[in-house]
Amino acid sequence: MDLSAINPVLLIASLMVAATPLLFAAIGELVVEKAGVLNLGVEGMMIIGAIAGFATAVETGSPLLGFVAAAGAGALLSVLFAILTQFAQANQVASGLSLTLFGLGLSALMGQSYVGVKPPQMEKLNIPVLSDLPVVGPILFGHDLMLYVAIALIAAVWAMIKFSRLGLVLRAVGENHDAAHALGYKVVRIRILAILFGGACAGLGGAYISLIRVPQWTEGMTAGIGWIALALVVFASWKPWRVLLGAYLFGGVTVVQLNLQAAGVAIPVEYLAMSPYLITILVLVILSADKSSAPAALGRNFHASR
Amino acid sequence: MTEVLLSLKGLTKAYPGVVANDSVSFDIGEGEVHALLGENGAGKSTLVKMIYGLVKPDSGEMTLRGKAFAPGEPRQARADGIAMVFQHFSLFDALNVAENIALGMENPPKLRDLAAKIREVSETYGLPLDPYRTVGDLSAGERQRVEIIRCLLQDPKLLIMDEPTSVLTPQEVDILFQTLEKLRAEGTSILYISHKLEEIRTLCDHATILRLGKNVGECVPAETSASEMAELMVGSALTPPERGDREFGAVALDISGLSVPSPSAFGTALRNVHLTVRRGEILGIGGVAGNGQDELLSVLSGETLTEADAVKLGKDPIGRLGPVARRALGVLAAPEERLGHAAAPDMSLTENAMLTGATREGLVKNGFLKWAAAKEFAERVIKEFDVRTPGPENAARSLSGGNLQKFVIGREVLQRPEVLVVNQPTWGVDASAAAAIRQSLLDLAAGGAAVICISQDLDELMEISDSFAALNEGRLSAPRPAAGLTVEEIGLMMGGAHGMEVAHV
Repeated sequence: MDLSAINPVLLIASLMVAATPLLFAAIGELVVEKAGVLNLGVEGMMIIGAIAGFATAVETGSPLLGFVAAAGAGALLSVLFAILTQFAQANQVASGLSLTLFGLGLSALMGQSYVGVKPPQMEKLNIPVLSDLPVVGPILFGHDLMLYVAIALIAAVWAMIKFSRLGLVLRAVGENHDAAHALGYKVVRIRILAILFGGACAGLGGAYISLIRVPQWTEGMTAGIGWIALALVVFASWKPWRVLLGAYLFGGVTVVQLNLQAAGVAIPVEYLAMSPYLITILVLVILSADKSSAPAALGRNFHASR
Repeated sequence: MTEVLLSLKGLTKAYPGVVANDSVSFDIGEGEVHALLGENGAGKSTLVKMIYGLVKPDSGEMTLRGKAFAPGEPRQARADGIAMVFQHFSLFDALNVAENIALGMENPPKLRDLAAKIREVSETYGLPLDPYRTVGDLSAGERQRVEIIRCLLQDPKLLIMDEPTSVLTPQEVDILFQTLEKLRAEGTSILYISHKLEEIRTLCDHATILRLGKNVGECVPAETSASEMAELMVGSALTPPERGDREFGAVALDISGLSVPSPSAFGTALRNVHLTVRRGEILGIGGVAGNGQDELLSVLSGETLTEADAVKLGKDPIGRLGPVARRALGVLAAPEERLGHAAAPDMSLTENAMLTGATREGLVKNGFLKWAAAKEFAERVIKEFDVRTPGPENAARSLSGGNLQKFVIGREVLQRPEVLVVNQPTWGVDASAAAAIRQSLLDLAAGGAAVICISQDLDELMEISDSFAALNEGRLSAPRPAAGLTVEEIGLMMGGAHGMEVAHV
């Protein structure tokens, strides 16, 4: 066992990469849930995003186009959920679960010819001077563009919910859809837009895994990140910055346990592999003492006549 | 009458199976307080929803100051100077007062400016409010202030108020009326919806009466007696329940020093509650909604367990017994919420009869259900309480509110309770059904049972109860004999004006 082989700077840099897919998926789901919709299809939308982004990047040679396609594919799949729950009044839990199963199956079909292919690489940001700084350089300025987009998204969603009119209406719809309707807000339209945003974010998260984190395509490669994202939103009490904290914690433990595995620590690999899930949930459960902040209309369908 | 502000001509709206409004026409004058009077289900709410743009009429037209007026959505109605205070408050519990008010405005200013404006308007009209408090923590009266201020900030020409006094103490009603008088003096028209006749007689200039969706008459309330209006509203004369003389027996139920923490974040804690009720006595418990009524009911029914000695049946402690054990002993309860609490909406009446009647009516044998007996019991309830339904196999949800309420109360009354607890027994029930329910409670007491009736309808409590107590913020006032209590005394027992002040200007 040789722990000295673990470089703390590289560790922090790689935990940020490991956390980014989770960050995308969770911030999207946070907006969806703030609007009072529970979409359990995050995992399915992520994996569709993963394959759509991968395929597009391979065919066009541009990872950026891949991300655009991934967001589109995730949003497209979420349209299915929106139609089922907002127009057909289907149960949100059942619809979300079937969306996940459908996404996993469809992605396996779409990805058959891409197994073993190497995708084009995304350029890392290279700012002269800044990126060459010791310690700070690789941690803060040495990543790919999408990682910064994820963090910016957290900040933007936070500001939107806290300060903007749009955020207020979004919260109102998620709190009491009947009252929001009575005041003349378009509950269904706002919810559909939130669902689409959630789908696009989940797609981005998936593509981040297949294009940057891993980078290759294997069936079922999201490996439960979508579910962790769902749990993260709840345990983060629907607060964007806590989502960031939880995601980085999860990423951190993941990277540490991988390093420990490589260093040959005498703990069975299975325990190490489950540790990120356990520790993240444990910490967030402790943090989420203020449970009352759940949107009151979460998971309830709205129909104007009632 | 002065100039006409809003004129309705032949408004009709039909829903599948029911015509909610059948060519309703009337005019509202400038600066007039116009009453819209009618029983539950008469179509009042549908009518005002059409004026506010929430519902589109099937036919008919409206004119506002002579111009055609057909709001497609509330936003348009608000832009034309129509504001509405809803019956069931349209507020967001988790947001604060200022955010709630901002949601009801077209172009709200920055929150800080808005908060200052809220303070200013609320002071002017004597409705003090802290803009930064979370609405979920406010009392019913305070919530209504939020709604009213939300409307006032838009400078409305017509203010619609849907049953505004049903959640207020008598003192709060007085203050509300002074605010409305002030608005009228400023030239604002008010459409005032209620079924409380005395209120309308003191406040309104003109009244339109709806029955089964039709305009059945107009009158000047100050010149018409309450019973004349009631007859127009109901369509027939009403016989008030007969009390008869009763002897009170031994103490049936005894609660002493009961304190229960609030079951949820927005619930009410019960604080040091004492009450006794004797055999043959009806104890009426008044109070504004949300002051611990639901919590008290669940303590009495056994849904909330307490220390054994806190609740006693006769001399036996029953505080640790759950609802089924209490039913076996004869303590029955009928909660307020008909669909979901008192009855399972999607189950048939037979199944619902089984749910509470199993123990006392012997509908279970060795763990097996006796459906034939349950059906018989359900049929008995339907027959004796005149529940209008094709038969006991119908789902509870399919019954109208009044009919289901008759079934829910009848189901308990027919189980020969020793102690019966009812919460809002006639809420949303038309006048004749309400009279029948009240009569059945009186008959039950005459038969020697103790009855606790929790209600927000003070007239109802005065009509049937022998002693009266009021809940205020989880505290129960000392019970007093109901005969001879004045409205002022009752109001003070209910907590007075809750810090409201009379309009300053």
